[in-house]
Amino acid sequence: MIKRLFTAALLAFALPAHAELPIQQVTSPGGITAWLVEDHTIPFTALEIQIRGGTSLDPADQRGAVNLMAALLEEGAGDLDAQGFANARDALAARFSFGARTDSIGISAQFLTENRDEAVDLLRLAITEPRFDADAVERVRGQVLSNIQANLKSPEAIAATQFDRLTFGTHPYATDGDGTMETVASLSREDIVSAYKGALSRDRLYVAATGDITADQLGTLLDTLLGGLPATGAPLPNRADWGLQGGVTVVDFPGPQSVIYFGHQGIKRDDPEFFAAYILNEILGGGRFTARLMTEVRDKRGLTYGISSYLVPQDYAELMIGQFSSANATTTQAIDIVRSEWQRMYDTGVTDAELANTKTYLTGSYPLRFDGNGTIAGILVGMQADGLPIDYAQTRNAKIEAVTLDDIQKIAKRLLKPDALHFVVVGQPDGLTTTP
Amino acid sequence: MLRTLVLPFVLGAVTATTALADKVTTFTLENGLEAVVIQDHRAPVVTHMMWYKIGSADEPRGKSGIAHFLEHLMFKGTDTLAPGEFSATVEAQGGDDNAFTYYDYTAYFQRVATDRLDLMMTMEADRMRGLTLSEADVETERAVIIEERAQRTDSDPGSLFGEQRRAAQYLNHPYGTPVIGWKHEAEALTREDALSFYRTFYAPNNAILIVAGDVNPDDVRALATTHYGPIAPTLGLGPRVRVTEPPQLSERRLTMSDPRVAQPYVIRSYLAPERNTGAQEKAAALTFLAELLGGNGTTSIMARSLQFGDAPKAVYTSAFYSGQSLDIGEFGVVAVPTPDTSLADLESAVDGVLTQFLTDGVDQVAFDRIKRQLRAEEIYARDNVTGLAREYGTALTTGLTVADVQAWPEILQAVTPEDVMAAARDVLNRSNAVTGWLQRQDDSSTGVKP
Repeated sequence: MIKRLFTAALLAFALPAHAELPIQQVTSPGGITAWLVEDHTIPFTALEIQIRGGTSLDPADQRGAVNLMAALLEEGAGDLDAQGFANARDALAARFSFGARTDSIGISAQFLTENRDEAVDLLRLAITEPRFDADAVERVRGQVLSNIQANLKSPEAIAATQFDRLTFGTHPYATDGDGTMETVASLSREDIVSAYKGALSRDRLYVAATGDITADQLGTLLDTLLGGLPATGAPLPNRADWGLQGGVTVVDFPGPQSVIYFGHQGIKRDDPEFFAAYILNEILGGGRFTARLMTEVRDKRGLTYGISSYLVPQDYAELMIGQFSSANATTTQAIDIVRSEWQRMYDTGVTDAELANTKTYLTGSYPLRFDGNGTIAGILVGMQADGLPIDYAQTRNAKIEAVTLDDIQKIAKRLLKPDALHFVVVGQPDGLTTTP
Repeated sequence: MLRTLVLPFVLGAVTATTALADKVTTFTLENGLEAVVIQDHRAPVVTHMMWYKIGSADEPRGKSGIAHFLEHLMFKGTDTLAPGEFSATVEAQGGDDNAFTYYDYTAYFQRVATDRLDLMMTMEADRMRGLTLSEADVETERAVIIEERAQRTDSDPGSLFGEQRRAAQYLNHPYGTPVIGWKHEAEALTREDALSFYRTFYAPNNAILIVAGDVNPDDVRALATTHYGPIAPTLGLGPRVRVTEPPQLSERRLTMSDPRVAQPYVIRSYLAPERNTGAQEKAAALTFLAELLGGNGTTSIMARSLQFGDAPKAVYTSAFYSGQSLDIGEFGVVAVPTPDTSLADLESAVDGVLTQFLTDGVDQVAFDRIKRQLRAEEIYARDNVTGLAREYGTALTTGLTVADVQAWPEILQAVTPEDVMAAARDVLNRSNAVTGWLQRQDDSSTGVKP
């Protein structure tokens, strides 16, 4: 009875057509652009900065230089040592974070309106006048080495690293951006300074701000904060060739479960068929309970706690990957199900109902993403780095709606390659060995 | 500093909190359901949460994991919803839903566009009393929670060690039993175990409704009265009284070695007072103590003493305090050694730092800085309305009231250095403490060739 009521209710709801997001483009007097959403409800500003390049700029023998450099930006700058910098930041109750990713350096800051100028000045020191003091280098190097050691014994990290190594050969994507015990141990201060000079520059900069700040105030802030960076950075990497074939690689690791990391080539973010591919993946391996892989491997058979797949369009290669873990006794069965779901999707695509439900989910959930200053700033900087237009939030749902069943069946044939799927299995799976 | 040290600790962070008295309203339905409405009109979104005052520490002995298992089974259907249809319906509305279980509570939530609140309440009310379970669904879901345990705990020496440490920390109280359950007990949980737990404890007079987002309190009250109002309470539900700890007279120590340990560490945890209604002052002082000792990887006392200088002994240090629990809080310190420091040396260095602190007292400049940061947290916390919803839900299921939550920022601001030292002298007592060493087991056969 109530079941029918729910169906009626579903039809009655009018879905919001798009996210209402008043984004302004701000260009500073010095020529730096940023996207801004003004919201004066809460007296603070969230600022997100992304600089293209990231750990992929590392020379091979200095793997880990960009990562260590980024971790050192807040460990002393200008006339402040590490202690002095942390004390100054905390006295302002400002929040800064600096991180190196595969394709970019990310800088996040949140600061109060009441001391915005002082906070920005301090952040400027970290970005433009980092000290890389010898004691700070040794201390943070020790932390990075500790992380690398932890990753060497983490089945999830081992699986991802092994997958990348098999896939990307000699490209920086083949190795972890943290570096190895050997390369990080041998990094000199000169290597770190050189990484800094190459990785932070104005020619590949994306900035977004949200919160209690006006366009004029942001314009001034941009020049203060970033005007001192060099105009150009280090040469960007080349495209990464794809070297991985279909098969299985088993890495022995003790424990009750195997961790399985799998995938094949993906699709570019600016491909005309990207939206069809995105919907296809959502139906196949989205993290939701109704996705096919979650239904078949978890809900129907209890073989895992969670499974999902992702499209990962990076700057120099595109991946379609997934991950799950399963008891060693059931790993082979679970992998067989993933293969057969891949094949079923390739052969027969999706149903009308799956497509309709997934569109409703994707279009309905999109406006829910924009729910806080920090979150919105993060989304805006990502949109710029992806080369999306400033009105993207208004048109994105229409692009989802425009995808037809035919589009999905077509992209399934193009994107999915059941025979090219490679499974890296870290554990002691029953009856499974590395394929020749 | 490096933010992503890969270490398996649960760290106590400064509790994000905010008074927001003008944005928070409450009401109680006749059947006993308490409700909190938090307004945030910046985006047309609402978070709808139902918190039950029942967690793993309320489980019958021998049935560990039943609270968490039931949480999974709550998605398996009612008389009116097929298994999986709850989540499918939320997703079809563009929303997300999930649930979580802890020692003192079990909570279910959906995040949807504001105009879907009515439907969420329809479904949440339906499964408060109407759960139906097939034997087959129970079997499959039990396999899922065993996989979950294998992934979260059995594959992770840090988690296994944490379980052993908590079991040693509590001589009698059920906080010593893992939320996910001991494996041998979780494997034996049945449909009837789940249903009997469900029938008793899932009731409006044992629940807290939290609605946070772009809503107004009158509308929420009207919807809640329509959907939750007709549900009968469980009669005779007694107060939540768990067994208590006897006096702890002896320090406990444990050492665990595992070939999968990459980074050894020493951890010391002490029983501590928790936040209690009308009496949060000690907890506030302990919040400062944790911040002063190990709340900051650069400037805290432990960081400066152990990670800086000519011969640093640690690559990482931290102090934590968790005071949001019904019965007992926990205070602790943790340190990861540099490669050439033994755990024994590191532990005595940590003890040296604690002893020195008890002699030296609080540095006023650091104290004032932390106070200002806690004040600023009130502003930053307002950016995350779902976080605020969790804050209220946790408080109201661990014995606190809305007034306690709203008083907390001022209680923090009123803490003095003397309060911190008094709390430190009380809590840093080795006979309350468990000291654990997690260490490597050198075994060349388990390494991975890079």
